[in-house]
Amino acid sequence: MLAIDNLASRYGRIEVLHGISLNVRKGEIVTLVGSNGAGKSTLLRAISGVQPVASGTMRLEDKLIDRWRPHHRVAKGIAQVPEGRQVFAPLSVDENLRLGGIVRRDGNIGADLDEIYTMFPALAERRRNAAGTLSGGQQQMLAIGRALMARPKLLLLDEPSMGLAPVLVEQIFATIEMLKTRGLTVLLVEQNANVALAIADRGYVIETGRIVMTGTGKELLNNERVRSAYLGM
Amino acid sequence: MAELLQFTFSGLTVGAIYALVALGFTLIYNASDVANFAQGEFVMLGGMVTVFAMAAGLPIGFAALVAIVFVALVGLLLHRLAIEPARGASSVTLIIITIGASIFLRGMTAILLDKNFHNLPPFFGSEPFVIGGATLLPQSLVVLVGVALVLLAVWLFMSRTLLGKSLLATAANRTAAQLTGINTSAVIGMAFVISAMIGAVGGILVTPITLTYYDAGTMLALKGFAGAVLGGMGNPIGAVVGGLVLGLLEQFSAGYLSSQYKDAVAFIVILLVLFTMPQGLFGAKTVERV
Repeated sequence: MLAIDNLASRYGRIEVLHGISLNVRKGEIVTLVGSNGAGKSTLLRAISGVQPVASGTMRLEDKLIDRWRPHHRVAKGIAQVPEGRQVFAPLSVDENLRLGGIVRRDGNIGADLDEIYTMFPALAERRRNAAGTLSGGQQQMLAIGRALMARPKLLLLDEPSMGLAPVLVEQIFATIEMLKTRGLTVLLVEQNANVALAIADRGYVIETGRIVMTGTGKELLNNERVRSAYLGM
Repeated sequence: MAELLQFTFSGLTVGAIYALVALGFTLIYNASDVANFAQGEFVMLGGMVTVFAMAAGLPIGFAALVAIVFVALVGLLLHRLAIEPARGASSVTLIIITIGASIFLRGMTAILLDKNFHNLPPFFGSEPFVIGGATLLPQSLVVLVGVALVLLAVWLFMSRTLLGKSLLATAANRTAAQLTGINTSAVIGMAFVISAMIGAVGGILVTPITLTYYDAGTMLALKGFAGAVLGGMGNPIGAVVGGLVLGLLEQFSAGYLSSQYKDAVAFIVILLVLFTMPQGLFGAKTVERV
């Protein structure tokens, strides 16, 4: 689905990603674990095209996407739920979701809207409210719903559990697993490594802009180094 | 009392045009963080192109349409040729670019058209109404109604169409808009086109009252900017109110103090607002939750 080869990216003169290579296969949940500032968000931003890339290649289903503009990548199937939700605060829940479907050419937005509202009933009750007035958990659901409205093949999730109560975290991760059963491919970035690796088929550990370890979710969960560095055990 | 009413009429008329310029400023500023100081040239070109299209034999309605389309094209080219290539530049750089564009448009108008003052005939005669001892020109009514219709059109576009929402979304959070699949560059281009059209309409409406010439845009841009700052930079309702208030202040000071100080009012307002309440009249209300 997604193949990244030797990707480098910098902010100004400071290189933050040094030759990242990773693969996400169709139908997988792949988790990217790493501490603050390791480059996880930068990598997701580069995949979505909002972070410039210095060298390396990115392919979506064997097509080179390096030069595609961000909106084109969404139209071709890469949607992102950004860190910190980033909903359009002054716009209503309904408007946020409709904008999520802006890349769609099929015009069948209504059915998908209903589906999102069934998936997240809390949003349905507040469909006319400004997104900025929602609680953190509701905003996260809205951000996920907005991304799903584009009918992506690959969903990039950046810290979806950040700042949420445990019961909501559970709900978000249950949703991600449910989406997988529907055939969606997921690349998940998390500091909450325990839960994120538990639902992952495979995982990568990123440290200061380099991939330092990879394996199945289970292997990484049982790895001594991962346990001490990221799971607090 | 008649005097007060008279100043109010003329204040609202010029204020309505400042409101359009301020709204144009705000639309572009919200979508792209660019303070477009070529906004006044859109107004000037709206009037000038209509004048010359009429001189070429077109009826006024058709001439006005030609002017609006032409100015819309100028707005699009301004974005494509001057703003878009400088994507990511600092806001000071972008301001200098728009000032350069404004000088360029003024110069081209002086060379290609001319440097004279021009007038348009009033749309519905020039027999003034007398209300409470004050006179009101039919064209002033045309300006007020016309501006109200423009505001209504902009509001409907923003609140009823997905394209309008994509502009609001880009203004609210540009990165999120890109990640959602909105072509933000096209949206910002659209903001320039809409602002240009708003300016052109203002120019066409007001030319029968104020006349126009190649250099008329400079002052209008500054007044519109003052209106936008007064209303709270970035707030479209604030921009409209700020423009109207500025027009009233200007006419009151011209009437009760001296008309020589009329143009100083706008700058005094900018300074006072920046010193005492930098968010403007409506800026404090903006809520941002992260």
